[in-house]
Parts: sequence; structure tokens; C-alpha cells
Amino acid sequence: MNAHSPALTLAMRLRQIRKVYQGTTALKGVDFDVVHGKVNVLIGENGAGKSTLMKILAGIEQPTSGQMFAGEQALTLNSPREAMARGIGIVHQELNLCPNLSVAENMFIGKERRTRFGRVLHGEQRQLAHATLQRMGQDIDVDALVQDLSIGKRQIVEIAKVLVSDVRVLILDEPTSSLSEAEVGILFSLITDLKRQGVSIIYISHRLDELIEIGDHFTVLRDGHLVGTGVRDAVTVDWLVERMIGSQMNTQLRTGTDPAVHQLAPVVLRVCDLEVASDQGSLLLNKVSFSVRRGEIVAFYGLMGAGRTELFETLIGLRHAIGGRIEINGQTLPLAQDIAGRIRAGIALVPEDRQKLGLVASASVRDNLLLANLTRYSRADGLARQPMDDDVARMIRELHIKAEHADVAISSLSGGNQQKVVVGKNLLTEPHVLLLDEPTRGIDIKARRELFEVLDSLAKNGLTILYASSDLTEIIGGADRALVMCQGRITANLTRQQLDEPTLVGWSQVSRKDSTALAPTEKETA
Amino acid sequence: MMADSLSMPARKSTALNMRSLPLLLLRLRAYLALALLVVLFSSIAPSFLSARNLVIVTEQVAVFAILGIGMTFVILAAGIDLSVGAVAGLAAMVAGYLITEGLRLPWLGVSAFFSIPVVCILSLALGTLVGAVNGWFITRLKVTPFIMTLGMLYMARGAAQLVSGGATYGDLTGQAELNNSGFLLLGTARLLSVPVSIWLMILLTLVAVYISRKTVFGRQVFAIGGNERTAELSGVRVSRVKIGTYAISGFCAALAGLIIASRLGAANPAIATSYELNAIAVVVLGGASLFGGVGTIGGTIIGAFVLGVLSNGMVLVGISDFWQTVITGAVIVLAVVVDQLQRRVEKSSAERQAKAQEDRGTPSTTA
Repeated sequence: MNAHSPALTLAMRLRQIRKVYQGTTALKGVDFDVVHGKVNVLIGENGAGKSTLMKILAGIEQPTSGQMFAGEQALTLNSPREAMARGIGIVHQELNLCPNLSVAENMFIGKERRTRFGRVLHGEQRQLAHATLQRMGQDIDVDALVQDLSIGKRQIVEIAKVLVSDVRVLILDEPTSSLSEAEVGILFSLITDLKRQGVSIIYISHRLDELIEIGDHFTVLRDGHLVGTGVRDAVTVDWLVERMIGSQMNTQLRTGTDPAVHQLAPVVLRVCDLEVASDQGSLLLNKVSFSVRRGEIVAFYGLMGAGRTELFETLIGLRHAIGGRIEINGQTLPLAQDIAGRIRAGIALVPEDRQKLGLVASASVRDNLLLANLTRYSRADGLARQPMDDDVARMIRELHIKAEHADVAISSLSGGNQQKVVVGKNLLTEPHVLLLDEPTRGIDIKARRELFEVLDSLAKNGLTILYASSDLTEIIGGADRALVMCQGRITANLTRQQLDEPTLVGWSQVSRKDSTALAPTEKETA
Repeated sequence: MMADSLSMPARKSTALNMRSLPLLLLRLRAYLALALLVVLFSSIAPSFLSARNLVIVTEQVAVFAILGIGMTFVILAAGIDLSVGAVAGLAAMVAGYLITEGLRLPWLGVSAFFSIPVVCILSLALGTLVGAVNGWFITRLKVTPFIMTLGMLYMARGAAQLVSGGATYGDLTGQAELNNSGFLLLGTARLLSVPVSIWLMILLTLVAVYISRKTVFGRQVFAIGGNERTAELSGVRVSRVKIGTYAISGFCAALAGLIIASRLGAANPAIATSYELNAIAVVVLGGASLFGGVGTIGGTIIGAFVLGVLSNGMVLVGISDFWQTVITGAVIVLAVVVDQLQRRVEKSSAERQAKAQEDRGTPSTTA
């Protein structure tokens, strides 16, 4: 299995790394080699364990079991500080900067240039920061506050922050997700430079063509396992996709409904030319149009940052569109409508972050179910007990929520059942359209199937369901129809028969070369 | 073509050198407010600008400013310290006890009396320790700052009463034969005809400005307030720095307590009651954000002057006690409202600028 020739020097070796979180196992005994002075690509679908592995390497997380070696020496890293002291630097996927500090100061947080008495040598820091940015070919004012920089610039600063100190192992976790093409070019030439200086690079990205271009050694993870390694020239995009996805073709989550049935149903949700801007003024959603008929289950596929979450947040009223139209049952909704208004109009959202946004963790199953709907039970003498009990019992029955009792704490339930409670809470508002953002995150395959059975029966009863997922099997196995998003646009509209991995992955990629080929999309299935 | 138009052009760094007048006025509002108050009060009551009155005002300001300096560090790191008033009271009572009764050593049957510098050092050390305890519980045992320091408010105030059994130490003059006279100098002595407490405020301000701007500790406080997780991932010892901020706050509180007791010539357990609210108000008036990361020592000093001038001026002008309280509260709320307004104006002008740049089609910065 190991494709590395013995002549290669390994900067680091990870052996049989396991990481168990409460409830889930993120890494199930992974071996990983960091080849000295090369670009080591780590690839896998969301949830495959890449980020966890990198956090272990950077000292942010500690492995449940397994060993790490630097050269021949066994190594334990208990904090980011210790990892940094050993020359391991990480550029995080999400931006990790202090917006209130200057570029130079951000680059030196935690490793300030100082005199013996703790005075910061601002001048020296500014000089070094400037020199580092120059080396990267970047003309960024080191005195500018980070909050005044564009996202792309912030990403550059983030990388520069790692490079100001002496790194020997540089981890780049999706560094290009918010860079423009020119900036990616700069990053790549920088990587080539660093390689020449003997820096070992670990590179994580979803952009396959980019990986083929820059990578020397490839490691593929799937579901917490190591599933393949390869070297440059022997690796192709197809090889990567095949390894990433594996032979999980038997994951039919539900049988799709015949499209002919939907052709006759009325359009419940129609979205026309929806445009949403970010705080920085760039477009998060760019003229998004689609329509969904009653009883359809439609999936939204795309990479991180493609705009799926933003679309759902806009539909539920958390974000406000700057242009376009949203119609429910033929009625146009005001763009500035708030969340309560949208819920009344018949939209409900099961958010991506169940723990933070979906649940009140300290409350019972019953209270969580009733939360969104309390006004309905409100009487002059307080909340009416009987209808509340009835609704709670009905939801537990219909959604097959496995709880000993409605009054047990929600935190004692499994992830799948917690998610059903969130769905139940939203169903009690009697929506026409149910939105689910990454509905099965952190849920095992069995519970996943159960959830989709529930969704299936809800759809058969006339509920329209939209869900966003970055899990291909979940899109292919669960949807009647899939819309693929990329950089704020819908790039493809695929029926269940057309759904397969290469098609979905293809449409979700940021195409750098042939973008005119984007075609058959955005047509409504009217 | 589609994808190209989407790869958003990297904007030139939009360092907001806004020269627009309204924004400039908003930024300088604390100074403007102070200047306005001075002009207003001196025109109504000419005695306001007399040297005597100005010294009185500044002496009053000194206590708020010293408390505010400590509070600034805590708030910059996104914390809060409700215990400063009580800690000031405790420090005053401990000083009073040591001067009046000496440290009783029951197993020897004697009391030990200390010289005034030692008394002051012991009281300041106690305040610092109490602050560190706050910080330790907050960072290590994850008690929220509000609750921890609220609890400490009660404990310290109770301890202040326990020191004397609730009684007041009415005379802190000390005795020459015990070599512990001179405590009153702290509150009454003058150097170059300026009271010592004002010198202390100036000294502390300079040190605090230096710490906040020039030292590793100070910059890490800002980093923690800006994004605690980032600071942690960057290797900042977040707990240690936060404990440091509470220790500073405790030290400042004790110093304020000593100054008050010395000025009164007496220590009583109720000294500095509810001063924690003044301290927070002063920091907020100075433009700091309670979410952390934004604020300056200089701002806090200006805030202290605004509050001090306001209360002194209202007395001179003859506004009733009750209205004074109402007006003070209104000014604090107004300060925050204006602060939010400034943020909104800044944000929208930043967006306008970004938009303008995009429209001009600023090319992405290539090397």
C-alpha cells in the first residue's frame, strides 16, 4: 500500500492515530507520512477526518491513541505552543485573526518580538512582517487593521503569520478557498520556494485540479480510515475521486418518487434572481433561480462556501437579499421580512449546527419540541397542557424519536434522535417548505436512513423538502432532484436519474479553465 | 465567463483614512464632550475654573481614573470586574487595622505595627491577590466573570466589615513612637502644589499606557479581546494573561481604597460602595467596547474627567442631587448610543469605499 520509496526522508510519521470524540470516532487508526521538502496532499470528503488529523499534528487536539514521530524521535504535542516550538505551523481553514489589531501585530500574536523586559519591538515586527509579505509578493500595509482587509488579503495574512516564524512543517488547510486566481498563483510559487528551502508542506483542498498541479505525495482518507496513497504523476483526478468516494453505491437512502407525480403538483416555492451580498460587499448568492413543487425532495450540493447555507439563511429571513424574488404558493414575500414572518409564511429551517442553533441543550425533549410554537398553546390562564401533550406525543410517534420519556434531557439522546427533535420542532409550526442544512452531520448511517424515511413520508404527505449536503451519497441516495451550487450560483439541475458522483463533483468545482461550458442549468422544471 | 466574474477581485487594503467631518467628530466625541462641559460650566459658574476647584475636580477624578485603568485591562480582554469597589473598601480597612491596632499575633500576645510603606504594600498586595483569585476562578474553573466578581464583591465587602466588626477606624494619623505616622500624606500632601493622589494618577496612567501599547502582555490583552480562540491557537497563554488583567484591576482598586481612606483620615467598611459602576462607566465613556479588544487607557482617563467634571459642575451650577443621578445615567447610555452610531457610519462608509473600488474595477493585486 505504501508507495513511498525508502529513499525519501520523512519529516514526521504518524502511526495508528485514533481520535474518539463524544459519540463519534473521527480517526480510526490512520498512518500518515510527511515527506521532507515535498507537498503532501491530504484529501477526503467532508468528515473524512482530515482536519482532525491536522489538529493533532498542530497540537490543538490530542490523539486518543497512536504515536507520532519526528525523525526517529517519539513526539507528544500537548498544545499549539509545543507544536510551534517544533516548527509545525498551521494555516486554518477558517480565518484566525484578531480584527482589532494591525497586520503586523496579528502576524506576531503569541510570538512577539520582545526585549528581556517584555517590551514589544514594534519596529522590528513591522519590518519582519513587511519582509515576509514582500517575499510573498504581497503589497499589504502592515499597519492596516485586519478588519479593513478583504477576505482574500486576510487569507494571505493568515499564511504570512505562519511564515514569519521558522516553520519546518507547514499545514495549509484549504488555503485557496477564498483566494482569487492571481493570489493562488502567488501561493503556489511561494510553496515551490518553501519546498526548495526544505519546508515540508501538508496541503488540504477540495479543488482536485489544483491538487494534481501542486501535490507530490497523496494520502486519501475516507470515514476516518486511510484508503490510499500515491505519488505525483501516478495520481489522476479520477483516481482521487474513486478513492474518496469508494464503493458505497449501495447507499440508497430512500426510493425516489416518480418525477411524473411532481409534474402535476403545484409550485410551492419559487425563487427568482436572488442576490445576497456579504458584509464585505461581495456577492454570496448571484442570481439564484429555481422552483420546487409540492412534495418534492430537492438536494443542494456544493463545496464549502458555495452558497448553500447562505441560500437557506436567506429563505428563512436570517439574511436579507438585495435583489430578486421569493414566492410561496404564488405569493411574493417581502425581501426584508424577518424570521417570524417567514415562519408564518410557511418556511422552517433545521440549521446546520444542531448543538448551537437547533437545540436548547439544557432543556427536555418536550420543551425543545414545543419551543417554536408556544404562542399557539397560549391561553388566558397560561399554556394549555392538553394540546401540548398531544403534539409532543404525535411528533415522538411520527418521527420515531427514541426517547425513554418526553421529559428526558435532549442531551441524553443520540445525534440522530436529537436531529429528529429539531425536525419535529419545525414541523409543529406547520410549514409548507422545510429546509435542512447538512441534516446528517455527525449522524451514523443507520440513523441517517431513518431520518430519510421520515422525510420521505413527510414528502408523501405534501411537505416540500429542501436539504443541503456536501455528502455525495446523501445527495444521490436521498433526493428526487439535485441543484448543484458553486460560488453563489446554481450550476446544474439534475434529476434523480442523472445523479452520480462525477457529475455532481464536476459541476461543483470551481472551473478555472473552461467556464463557458457551464450550461444546462437554471432552467426551471416547469 | 461566469466563474471569472465571480472570483472576486482582491480589493486594495481599505485602510479607512476617513477624512469626512462627521466621522472625525464622532471619533473625537469624548474630547468634544469634555470641552463642551468645561465651557458650559465655566460660563454659568465662573468659580468652576478656579485653581482650587480644578484641583478638587481632579482629585475626585483621580480615584475614578485609577479604578478605571484597572477596569480597562479587564474589559479589553472581554471580562468585567464588579468587585473593585469592595476591594477598595477591604484595602482601606486592612490599612486602617494595621495602623490602628497592628497585626495581632495571639500566640505571642503582642501586636506588630508596620511602617506606612509596609502597610501600603501589604494592602496593595492583598488587592492584587484578590484580583488574581478572581482571574484564577474565571480561567481555571470557568466561572463566568460576572458571577465570580459579583461573588467577590460580597466576600470582599463582608471581609471589610469583619476586619473591625463593622466599626470605623476613625483616626489614621498613626503614632510617631510606633513609627507608623504619615498615612494621611497620601491623600493630603502636595508636590509642586499638586496633590500626591493626582501625581499617582499621572504615574499610573503613563505606566498603563506603556503596558497596553508597548508590552507583550498588553498586546496579548488586545488579541484576546479581539478573538480569544485565535490568541489561544497562536500560542498565547490566555489564562495567564487574563489572570494578569484581574490582578491589575485588584491592585488599582486597592490603591484607590488607600487614597480614599487617607483623604478621609478614616477607614470605614462602606468606603467606595458601588464604585465598580463608576469604574465601568468611565471605561465605557472612554470608548471601550464591553465585547473586548477595543479601548484605550487615554480614553478611560478622558472618561473619568467627563464624569468628574459633570458631577462637580452640576453641584456648582446648583442642579439637585436627584437630577444629577438621572443625568449621569443618561450620559452613560448616550455614550454607548453614539458609539454604536460611529460603528455604523464607519461600516457603511467602508462598504461604500469597497463598492466604489469594485465599480472602478480595481485589478486584483498581482506581483
